[in-house]
Amino acid sequence: MGRGFRWHYLLLLPPLLLLWVPSYNRSEPALFGLPFFYWYQMAWVIITAVLTYLVYRLDGDQR
Amino acid sequence: MKLDPVAVTIFITLFALVTALGFVAAGWRRGDLNQLHEWGLGGRRFGTVVSWFLLGGDLYTAYTFIAVPALLFGAGATGFFAMPYTVLVWPLLFVVFPRLWSVCHKKGYVTAADFVRGRFGSKSLSLAVAVTGIVATMPYIALQLIGIEVVIAALGLNMALHVGGVILDLPLLGAFAILAAYTYSSGLRAPAMIAVVKDLLIYGTVVAVIIIVPAKLGGYGALFHAAGKMSLLAPPPTGSLGSYSAYASLALGSALALLLYPHSITGVLSSSGREVIRRNAIVMPAYSLALGLIALMGYMALAAGVKAMPQYAEGFKAFGPNFAVPALILQMFPSWLVGVAFAAIGIGALVPAAIMSIASANLFTRDIYREFIRPNCTPAEESRVAKIASLVVKAGGLVFIILLPQTYAITLQLLGGVWISQTLPAVILGLYWAGLRPSALLLGWAAGIGAGSWMVAQSGFKSAIYTLHLFGTAIPCYAAVAGLALNLVIAVGLTVLLNAAARMPLRDATTAEDYI
Repeated sequence: MGRGFRWHYLLLLPPLLLLWVPSYNRSEPALFGLPFFYWYQMAWVIITAVLTYLVYRLDGDQR
Repeated sequence: MKLDPVAVTIFITLFALVTALGFVAAGWRRGDLNQLHEWGLGGRRFGTVVSWFLLGGDLYTAYTFIAVPALLFGAGATGFFAMPYTVLVWPLLFVVFPRLWSVCHKKGYVTAADFVRGRFGSKSLSLAVAVTGIVATMPYIALQLIGIEVVIAALGLNMALHVGGVILDLPLLGAFAILAAYTYSSGLRAPAMIAVVKDLLIYGTVVAVIIIVPAKLGGYGALFHAAGKMSLLAPPPTGSLGSYSAYASLALGSALALLLYPHSITGVLSSSGREVIRRNAIVMPAYSLALGLIALMGYMALAAGVKAMPQYAEGFKAFGPNFAVPALILQMFPSWLVGVAFAAIGIGALVPAAIMSIASANLFTRDIYREFIRPNCTPAEESRVAKIASLVVKAGGLVFIILLPQTYAITLQLLGGVWISQTLPAVILGLYWAGLRPSALLLGWAAGIGAGSWMVAQSGFKSAIYTLHLFGTAIPCYAAVAGLALNLVIAVGLTVLLNAAARMPLRDATTAEDYI
């Protein structure tokens, strides 16, 4: 395996945390009137994009 | 429904514009359209920007824009599984699909079934993958046509023609003819070009919705107030994982299934390099944010109270909760914006429907026609067969929604997701593990399809959630995930056993370097 192989595993975070439903099935704290359940999952869109970008930069093309 | 001349004029003008684009696209980045990889993969020349539009147009379909809000409108928080689902797709694309692109590029494969045949040297396994893809796609095309049907009805354009007891919806047939004609002449270049227009319209509509609707309804808080207890998942009873495992498995199963659909693979393979795929996996989530906001339109429709309004009763009677978004748009938007929004949904159906029919045509031509019917056909003949096959597949989708009740298309789409997931071991695991036994893969595939279909049948084909009982706990689970688990156990378990019993020489036409 090439350099920085470890960074790849960052991409396991979205599935692990998003599939753990009881951790976010609540309304508080709300944000702009959006219950936690909704804005938390939408926030993961951005977090996942950032994580993927980090892996892209740090790992290079793993091949 | 009342016909609004302004909305209808804008709708028809935008449709005419994309039709023209569809035909112009034939000459875009000119290639010999008598070659299958030119007609059916756009010559594998799409860079990051075009791929972004194409994949976005491909994976976020009109039905998504209609059905996801409809789920929230009807069932509340459960419908929001579409959010984690479309988040999980992109890391998977990033990690796995550059490998598939590389091997397909080096070996000239056009479909997943091509790859499976090369990797495992098994015609029967390849046929199983091809047939699964074609069958799972047809109801998906039918759902796109339903998306068009809903907005046409909401515009008041339904001009029905009764022919021997069958009701033919003329505007729908018109849209279908347009779609068929430019797909035939331009191949994958047409939806790639149209996807750009579609996205501009969709994003414009989303921005308008975010600004106009909450202001009229009294802020976002009011939306969730209208949804009441439905705005969170019901906590599961003791001894059951209840709505939690259902939600999680729907998100996971849908994410795994999405990229295995032929139209996704066609979209991925049409890009000009693995870098393009990796970069797109980073920027694609922008669509997911838009999808999240569109999903909330279900609650907006609840808060606006469109269901109780007499002017929409007819629409809800014909289309059920799928009419929630059109009704909301009619209620909240000025006429011209109604025209733009409905055109966005309608064109949003034409793009994926075109790619789906092209992808199925590629599968039929490469993996059934050339493999079993005319092994020595010329490239020109191959391309011609694919063009005709694309018409047949689309006509199949049309026959679906004309002859069968809509619920059938939705049920089959549900089954389609369960079925297409069963190609995961051969296609995705196969990218990493050449030693998998084709016989084990085939048996796992059959078991997964059988078990998954049986689970959906238990609900009378109404739900894809089946409750498993493991160690005294009830686990409601998406049938695709349960079927896939069984499939993987058989495919991997049997492979290990067979390999332990006797080494078999690999019939692998690819080498390790082909994947990088």
